Amino acid sequence: MAITLKINGKSETVTAAEGTPLLWVLRDHIGLTGTKFGCGVAQCGACTVHVDGAPIRSCITAHEDVEGSDIVTIEGLSGKAANVIRAAWEAIDVPQCGYCQSGQIMSAAALINENPNPSDQDIDDAMSGNICRCATYLRIRSAIKDAAKAI
Amino acid sequence: MFLEKYLPAPQDIQANAPHITNMSRRGFVATAGTFVLGVSILPACSPKTDTPTKISPAKNGMTPSMANVVTAESGPQLFIGITPDNQVSLTVHRSEMGQQAWTAVSQILADELDVDLDKVIIKQAIGHPKYGNQNTDGSTTIRNGFESMRQTGAAMRAMLIDAAASEWGVDAAALTTDMGYVVNGSKRLSYGELAEAASALPVPEAASIALKARKDWRYIGKPVASKTVPRIVRGDSLYGIDVKRPGMVYAVIAHPPVLFTKPKSINNTAALAVPGVIKTFELPAASAPAGFNPLGGIAVIASDTWAAIQGREALQVEWSESENSDYDSDDFRETLLETIRSKGEARRNRGDVYAALKSADKTISAEYYAPHLAQAPMEPPAATAEWTGDKVEIWACTQAPQGMRRTVAAACGIPEDDVTINVTWLGGGFGRKSKPDFGVEAALISRDIGKPVKVTWTREDDLKHGYAHSVSAQRFEAGMDANGKPTAFLHRTAFPPIGSTFTAGNNRPGNGEMEMGAVDNPFNIPNIRVESGQASAKIRIGWLRSVANVYHAFAVQSFAAEMAHAAGKDQKDYLLELIGAPRIEEPAKDGAVISNYGKSLDDYPLDTARLANVTKQAAKLARWGRTLPDGHGLGIATHRSFLSYVSTVIEVKVDADGTITIPGIWSVIDAGTVVNPRHVTTQLEGGTLYGISNAMFGQLTAKNGQIQQANFPDWRVMRMLESPRAMQVKIIESDAPPGGVGEPGTPPAAPALANAIFAATGQRIRQLPILGMNNQLAI
Repeated sequence: MAITLKINGKSETVTAAEGTPLLWVLRDHIGLTGTKFGCGVAQCGACTVHVDGAPIRSCITAHEDVEGSDIVTIEGLSGKAANVIRAAWEAIDVPQCGYCQSGQIMSAAALINENPNPSDQDIDDAMSGNICRCATYLRIRSAIKDAAKAI
Repeated sequence: MFLEKYLPAPQDIQANAPHITNMSRRGFVATAGTFVLGVSILPACSPKTDTPTKISPAKNGMTPSMANVVTAESGPQLFIGITPDNQVSLTVHRSEMGQQAWTAVSQILADELDVDLDKVIIKQAIGHPKYGNQNTDGSTTIRNGFESMRQTGAAMRAMLIDAAASEWGVDAAALTTDMGYVVNGSKRLSYGELAEAASALPVPEAASIALKARKDWRYIGKPVASKTVPRIVRGDSLYGIDVKRPGMVYAVIAHPPVLFTKPKSINNTAALAVPGVIKTFELPAASAPAGFNPLGGIAVIASDTWAAIQGREALQVEWSESENSDYDSDDFRETLLETIRSKGEARRNRGDVYAALKSADKTISAEYYAPHLAQAPMEPPAATAEWTGDKVEIWACTQAPQGMRRTVAAACGIPEDDVTINVTWLGGGFGRKSKPDFGVEAALISRDIGKPVKVTWTREDDLKHGYAHSVSAQRFEAGMDANGKPTAFLHRTAFPPIGSTFTAGNNRPGNGEMEMGAVDNPFNIPNIRVESGQASAKIRIGWLRSVANVYHAFAVQSFAAEMAHAAGKDQKDYLLELIGAPRIEEPAKDGAVISNYGKSLDDYPLDTARLANVTKQAAKLARWGRTLPDGHGLGIATHRSFLSYVSTVIEVKVDADGTITIPGIWSVIDAGTVVNPRHVTTQLEGGTLYGISNAMFGQLTAKNGQIQQANFPDWRVMRMLESPRAMQVKIIESDAPPGGVGEPGTPPAAPALANAIFAATGQRIRQLPILGMNNQLAI
């Protein structure tokens, strides 16, 4: 069934089987591959996107359930929080392989938007759903604090 | 380094003196209107690779996303290309997987060529012998390519100067260069303007190429920012799993649950009823030795990845049994422990350990066990294949594009020249992506269905059907005199070797694995004996970041701390006593087989002064000996691997309920000359935390031949809340030749952690992983 999704401010009409997760609609149908597959069971956070401003795991979110919502992916992430996060990430070379970093940045931007002065505990709570196998956690934590200072 | 042992790999570019060729003089440049000068390093005396290669035309029909990774085949140049409009491109022949190959390689080339690093285009080499050895493993990119890449850049610069000298009618010696220009007083010619004239000149002899003095380096040795990060943070990157080709379909594979089992019956009715599923296709079954070949199984091909996954769920398959169906990792642990309780094969022998143990005033012994591990890169293996006639083109996240090219050609029965391997960025590798099986799967499925196909491994595939890091058991016996001075050291190790994957029935730990922390023991003890025990593999064994160093360093450095405790001495002081006075340790004199990671012992000796130095520096950085709060402990471990020396101190805090946190880590590396200190630091951080994650949580277990872990809920890895709160890295300044950086941080991590837990609790960790699923130490 054709469904129209609002992604990064643009309307995209897709035809995918009912129940197909947003992740695969983004990647395979629309061609937005910045959102990553890591586990398929909402355990690694690589697929994190924003739905109406909140971070969600697109690998377990049926695409038809977000019809009418504002969906933002790493490619469309913008605004003040996004800018300071990206700048902080670049300033200290947070990513190594980079594969999980779309999800890390989506989670971090949502955190900063909601809480411009996060404590270590806040960072643990907001970021522990995002696995990084290169284990860049030290720099993610540090960059979130740098970004918070800049906002 | 392992690929070379098991495959007829092309010669390493350092195996011979670099042979620098002006590609444009050899008919490589044919494109009208665009002139490109190319200089290459080819292994000398290699007729196969020293043959000019046909240049593919620029690729049309490339999807927009493919433009994200520009492959070098879109032009004829190899390592350096310069166009008349002054565009300089540098080609990276090794895979980019977060170790910052793109940045480091381009730093070296740009420095000697004297161009602005911010203005160059970086291209990724396809898999081809003309690039020399492209195996991105063994932490070799810099240490095997440093000198030859410098010479390549410098040779190009010298030719541009010669061309300018002819143009101006002056002596080349009077000219200099300035960031892309040849300069003669106030006169300047850009490299682009000189490229065509330079292309007609012979390449200078290697011996006559002047390299920059160390003090003149502009980029080498500087903390240059990553060339990949600005794209990563914008989602503008291309990994193997992201490739899209026109008309492409998607496949996942129902792999055999046990190695070398085959489908007895397949019912695909329900699978084909899943919306989007197109067909199923049975892949040829694998047989021993596993090698780099696909496992077999049934591919489910669909119009998107989700439909393929759903189709696989619905597929009904009855599998045969094999000689591996009885694998039980709990039973095998007992088998390994039995093995190390009796005398094994001597792999190194100094003095008479058994006599010295008998006459020692005090003896201690201990046994260690470490389970199978999965590399588990965040991007699981993925490859896309597309056939045009009898030729196949593949896009893949591979650490070994040449191995993939050979394996695909063999599996498809076509010449290697008819296989093109485009290397994407890798979402982590850690050794898993050195194995090309997933590229072969894509090629076979695509040929069957007659369309471009992307094969995606799910996380379940990655954990259950990969190439696991080997399980191991080790036993130590040490003797000491009345003052606690060590007199005898016996180390027995048993593990299914990586060689079992490549030779059926091979159950003898390999020389390369024994040299990773066993026979290369640096301790200053008069009687040392290292023995190996035989162990058979029942699953595919492969290498994982720092390979056998992981379990050997864990056990040796833990047992060194046990010896310190038995001797009643400070752990760090006793470790320094074991390392002993500055000297060159030569295990080969005790009968050990030493390849020294492929490098000469003259250039890279096992230097105990460097081991002792990093140990002292790490202790100093961590303020070893300070008073710690209750429940805290410090542990230290020092290990040489991949020709670099690392010492790591970890502080742990263990709560009454057994919850472990890590307030701080201090790590010191002596990697000789470093190209990018910022990225040496990030690799030390990542390598150390990778080691901690595996030690804390990592284990694959098997029952009835099947791996029991399926996904991140039961294959646990470190998360933010478990991450250390701080880590300080110090890099020793050195003029020594470069050592490895990507892997040496990992081996000391587990023993430093275990030693810290002992210091905090008195509990000795002899079996990994340390923590149970409840995240707590069993107290």
